[in-house]
Amino acid sequence: MIKSILIFNNHGKPRLIRFYQYFAEDMQQQIIRETFHLVSKRDDNVCNFLEGGSLIGGSDYKLIYRHYATLYFVFCVDSSESELGILDLIQVFVETLDKCFENVCELDLIFHMDKVHYILQEVVMGGMVLETNMNDIVAQVELQNRMEKSEGGLSAAPARAVSAVKNMNLPEMPRNINIGDINIKVPSLSPF
Amino acid sequence: MALKIVKGSIDRMFDKNLQDLVRGIRNHKEEEAKYISTCIDEIKQELKQDNIAVKANAVCKLTYLQMLGYDVSWAAFNIVEVMSSSKFTYKRIGYLAASQCFHESTDVIMLTTNQIRKDLSSPNQYDTGVALTGLSCFVTPDLARDLANDIMTLMSHTKPYIRKKAVLIMYKVFLKYPESLRPAFPRLKEKLEDPDPGVQSAAVNVICELARRNPKNYLSLAPLFFKLMTSSTNNWVLIKIIKLFGALTPLEPRLGKKLIEPLTNLIHSTSAMSLLYECVNTVIAVLISLSSGMPNHSASIQLCVQKLRILIEDSDQNLKYLGLLAMSKILKTHPKSVQSHKDLILQCLDDKDESIRLRALDLLYGMVSKKNLMEIVKKLMLHVDKAEGTTYRDELLTKIIDICSQSNYQYITNFEWYISILVELTRLEGTRHGHLIASQMLDVAIRVKAIRGFAVAQMATLLDNAHLLTGNVQRKGICEVLYAAAWICGEFSEHLENPMQTLEAMLRPKVATLPGHIQAVYVQNAAKLFATVLKSGEGSADSKAAQEMMIERLPLFVQSANLEVQERASCILQLVKYIQKLQQKDVEIAEEVIALFAGELNPVAPKAQKKVPVPEGLDLDAWINEPPSESESEDEQPRAIFSKEEPKYSRPRHTEVDEKELAKRREVRKQEQASNPFYIKSSPSSQKVYQEGPGVEHIPVVQIDLTVPLKVPGLPMSDQYVKLEEERRQKDRADKKKKEKKKRKEKRGGGRGKKHDSGPESEEDITPAHMVDIVTEEMPENALPSDDDDKDPNDPHKALDIDLDKPLADSEKLPVRSHRAAEVLKSPTEDVDAERTVVSQEPKKKSSKEKKEKKKDKDRKKSKEEKKKKKHKHEDKGEDLLGGQEDEPVVQSEETIEVAAPPTSTTAEEAAPVAAAAAAAEADPVPEAASGAAPDSEPEEPKDTEAEETKSSKHKKKKQKKEKEEKEKKKKKKHHHHHRHSDAGGEESVQNGTVEEEEEEEEPLPPMSNYCLLAENSYIKMMLEDADQVNDIQGNLQDGSQVVVSVIFENKCESFLKSMEFNVLDSLNSKLQRPEGSGAHDALSVPFQLPPGVSNEARFVFTMQSIVMPQKLKGTLTFIVKNEDSSTHEKLEFKLHFTCTSYLITTPCYSDAFAKLLESGDLKCSSVKLEGISMPFHHLLARICFHHHFSVVERIDSCASMYSRSIQGHHVCLLVKTSEQTVSIDAKCDEPTLLGNVLDEIKQTFSQC
Repeated sequence: MIKSILIFNNHGKPRLIRFYQYFAEDMQQQIIRETFHLVSKRDDNVCNFLEGGSLIGGSDYKLIYRHYATLYFVFCVDSSESELGILDLIQVFVETLDKCFENVCELDLIFHMDKVHYILQEVVMGGMVLETNMNDIVAQVELQNRMEKSEGGLSAAPARAVSAVKNMNLPEMPRNINIGDINIKVPSLSPF
Repeated sequence: MALKIVKGSIDRMFDKNLQDLVRGIRNHKEEEAKYISTCIDEIKQELKQDNIAVKANAVCKLTYLQMLGYDVSWAAFNIVEVMSSSKFTYKRIGYLAASQCFHESTDVIMLTTNQIRKDLSSPNQYDTGVALTGLSCFVTPDLARDLANDIMTLMSHTKPYIRKKAVLIMYKVFLKYPESLRPAFPRLKEKLEDPDPGVQSAAVNVICELARRNPKNYLSLAPLFFKLMTSSTNNWVLIKIIKLFGALTPLEPRLGKKLIEPLTNLIHSTSAMSLLYECVNTVIAVLISLSSGMPNHSASIQLCVQKLRILIEDSDQNLKYLGLLAMSKILKTHPKSVQSHKDLILQCLDDKDESIRLRALDLLYGMVSKKNLMEIVKKLMLHVDKAEGTTYRDELLTKIIDICSQSNYQYITNFEWYISILVELTRLEGTRHGHLIASQMLDVAIRVKAIRGFAVAQMATLLDNAHLLTGNVQRKGICEVLYAAAWICGEFSEHLENPMQTLEAMLRPKVATLPGHIQAVYVQNAAKLFATVLKSGEGSADSKAAQEMMIERLPLFVQSANLEVQERASCILQLVKYIQKLQQKDVEIAEEVIALFAGELNPVAPKAQKKVPVPEGLDLDAWINEPPSESESEDEQPRAIFSKEEPKYSRPRHTEVDEKELAKRREVRKQEQASNPFYIKSSPSSQKVYQEGPGVEHIPVVQIDLTVPLKVPGLPMSDQYVKLEEERRQKDRADKKKKEKKKRKEKRGGGRGKKHDSGPESEEDITPAHMVDIVTEEMPENALPSDDDDKDPNDPHKALDIDLDKPLADSEKLPVRSHRAAEVLKSPTEDVDAERTVVSQEPKKKSSKEKKEKKKDKDRKKSKEEKKKKKHKHEDKGEDLLGGQEDEPVVQSEETIEVAAPPTSTTAEEAAPVAAAAAAAEADPVPEAASGAAPDSEPEEPKDTEAEETKSSKHKKKKQKKEKEEKEKKKKKKHHHHHRHSDAGGEESVQNGTVEEEEEEEEPLPPMSNYCLLAENSYIKMMLEDADQVNDIQGNLQDGSQVVVSVIFENKCESFLKSMEFNVLDSLNSKLQRPEGSGAHDALSVPFQLPPGVSNEARFVFTMQSIVMPQKLKGTLTFIVKNEDSSTHEKLEFKLHFTCTSYLITTPCYSDAFAKLLESGDLKCSSVKLEGISMPFHHLLARICFHHHFSVVERIDSCASMYSRSIQGHHVCLLVKTSEQTVSIDAKCDEPTLLGNVLDEIKQTFSQC
């Protein structure tokens, strides 16, 4: 079973959190902090498994993570999951994100947390692996997005226009444009 | 109005959406909290609007804020509103928010039940999918109970997308509502063979999760999984299955043997590292389970170790880590094969990756031996010095202690060395494990008597240098060591070289800065020391000085804030004053003072207290007095006085001594020590006690101090011991060689003097430096050995420990909403009560429905209780029967079977396996399960019984095992069995009649027996059981089905019956199965003989062509009657009657499947009316179930639907209704002839009673 999935950036800012067991909000934040503390001090060339993480569960649990550019993808799993399998699952997940967002970068995750959740829901459900075939996942996500579009989406056209106007002269716009370097580079890994 | 709408949508245009919120937060980095609070206010406004789009937008933003740590549970109701939107877009947002922030105590969850049910049955698969995903995160016991049936239906959805989600979520449902596991399991099992690989993988996933926690219940699935493993190409599925096998093999070694080969093949063939790794892991598990008695698997071990070595040597750190992890598993059972890779593992200790170092440390634990312990610990000590992070260093410290103390200090040859290691460890900066070191010191000092002298000397030094341990604020954790030091010095003060000095050290003012519990020990042990000083020379200068010191220094402790310290100090102060008074009167008092502390304190095992057996008649939970009122007990939390010293540090009362002062003191002390001839040197007398080995007479302890001036003064270096040990061993070896040579010379008379190479030193050669006897910890007398101390009672998976092979009881069905239940029974003449139909038509009338549900609950509870009762009763009976007593069980029907007289020993033995096998078979009416349970229960064929007879001695063990299993099964079974004596051994066989529903009523069911008289003469009686056991139906469908007939032979005469032969005239349609090679008319010999009065059971297999008609077969039984003086040949003719009922097998059926079946339209209808039936309805049903092998699908008041299936797959459905004395049975079947015959037989059954 997967107990939780955390995505945070190099500074420990959460980008997506998903707990498959209930924790109160403050506990969740504490877990994120602890996990970040554990993960961030590790070099990139050490192994991707970590024991510990006293908050989230006993010795049966492991942290399995991958570090892509500015983001950490951390899965907390118990001993029924295969370590290497989960590593591959993270890869599948990130590659799926890459396909769905077309060259995914941290900003995509920041502004479209809901969409990332929807994609994740097609990969993992209730702490168990649902689907590992990337094409299947992408197909299901697309179909659902198409359905959403046919319903007119969350914010219909006028609202979007307004928000575009609102954005026009925001001071941070240039900052946002200059984001080429934080693209998540998805290295192609040896096949599973 | 219109204006309002326009205004609303204009407002909406300026609402923030999620992106705006995120952008806003990023723009207000300095005052994020303030910005978010204004946003939350806005959201609250938005949630108040009627527009669902606005609400959804607001909820979406809340989900984001929840991630940032804001509690959004206040919006739970709004989330439910958004969830119930008809638009997928909004629904999805709602479910996402719910899955992020709902949990069991969210009270609005109970409002969602109907909405979720609606979504689950939505025609849009994505509505269903979203609901399933959401539900998987917040399912509660109530939701699980109410929705289990809906989700189960979804498991057979047409879309694989929904199927796989439904299968996965079932696991969560099981966890929350364990009762659903048994009814849902058959379908879950079905999904293992789903055509869609995703669904299959999901089912494997769920079963693996279930089996991991309660593996024994899933052993019967092993063959199925084995098939999957050899056929699947999906690595995910393979990994899961292989992991599952790893959990199953410890329970079933035979499975392991079967696994080795395919797994090794996979190891050789796969290119996927993940799969390879899991294979290796499972092979290891198999090897562990086989480790006893299977010596010839060294090749597999070698293969594993070899593959793991490749992993460890890989440059990929992940593989290295996993390799080490798996290696540690091998280590437990095959330490030798791992030990050869010691070099590699020691190398990993230097790895830059902490995870890898920790794994390597784990491995070291198992690799130590007497020979290399010192060397390994030395290496670890080096790492301790180098280690930068405190966590890793602490880990090292605990590992060192673990390694040394494992299995009762088995590997320690020199305890002086170990004490020095412990003392060295006290010098660690900022360790948290002072407590651990302290307990080790205490343990060693108490249990290894020979080491006490040395330990006391070391501890005295520690006490003397206490400032080094406590001086630094960071080192607080380590001061625990002083606790041990003080206690050891006090308790074993007779070994102290210079008690005065130690006494002085214990009473220094600085001690008052130590934690309270340590001070208390100091004070107490100061008293012990004082007693020793007093004894060593009453009236001497020393004792005078000691007295004065006590009187002078103790008042400091009397003022302590710590109650314990205060109390002890004032007691002892008064004592000393009193002694002083007495001494002034010249009274000899030393003996009396020492008597205060006389007596040895023995070590007590940690769990000893728990294991003291509760004396009979003592109820620890009973109140001694009237229980106090609730409010009182609230604030009277008992304070844990005796709880293990969790260090509670008191604030240091005065400032630390500055560095200069410290240095000065250190200098002074060093000089003092240098000039003290007694310093640290143990007395020669005490040395003799424990130093018997040669080469240790001159341990130069003082010298160490001088050579290593930078270390804590006076503390011996453990390294020295390594060297010493080396020397000692060499000397030992040399001695031995000499002796050997001598011997040889003596033997051969100084002949050729051949050079003898003793080779590397083996374990046994190493003699310990001290002859230590390690005192074992004390346990209470007649302590109960129990190892289940560490089971977690709160584990949710415990509830899922459910026997899955047991047939489904009616009461176990998943709760279905009432109007659905009524649908199943659509029929014009329904006399279901009116209220129920009203409910079904008007689901809005909630109140009455709720009432009904409550009632149902009550019923369920009742029946459970009853079951329990029955079970108890049942067990009692079982014991009686097994105990060989001859009183008749209550449920036995007298006229059919008579209990046999005590058996002779030989036949009893022969009879037992047959009966056990038969019983096992009968206990399992679902034939798939029976065959699935292989290799445990072999198929029941006469061949088998024969074989077993011939090899009975060989199979004795197996037999016993089987019996045991049978017993266990019986105990587990909650449902009602019918007992009878079936054989002479007092063994009972269990008849299963799926008649659970009668348990709802209180009236007991009249006894029923399936046995009827077949034929009888003055010698023998033959009893026939309805042929009901069918071997694997599916497999036999093509070549005609098999029916097994059990016949009980009972010897009624005074003579011995032997050479019984059973023969039947085959008809075109049915044939008796005979062993291969025998002719079509040959008789079958009955595989047993019958002593007088004994009965036994034999089974015969018949092959049937058509089953739609009843059959009659003529047969004969021939046998020899043997008297003491003569023997005669006798013959008995009989007619074997195969009713159509005997071709039916009890098959559980779900109401939805049943409804589908009825609707399918290819069933022919027929009906029958029975008049004058006066028995209660549940008895009627029970009879149909029992005699005609039906199972109840659904029962509502006086109406029930029943189902059965023939061995050739015909469905038979019944709708039984009763009013007054008339019972009408409407039946449907796809084979009208069969149906007609079955109905006739039912009619006949009831006409007889």
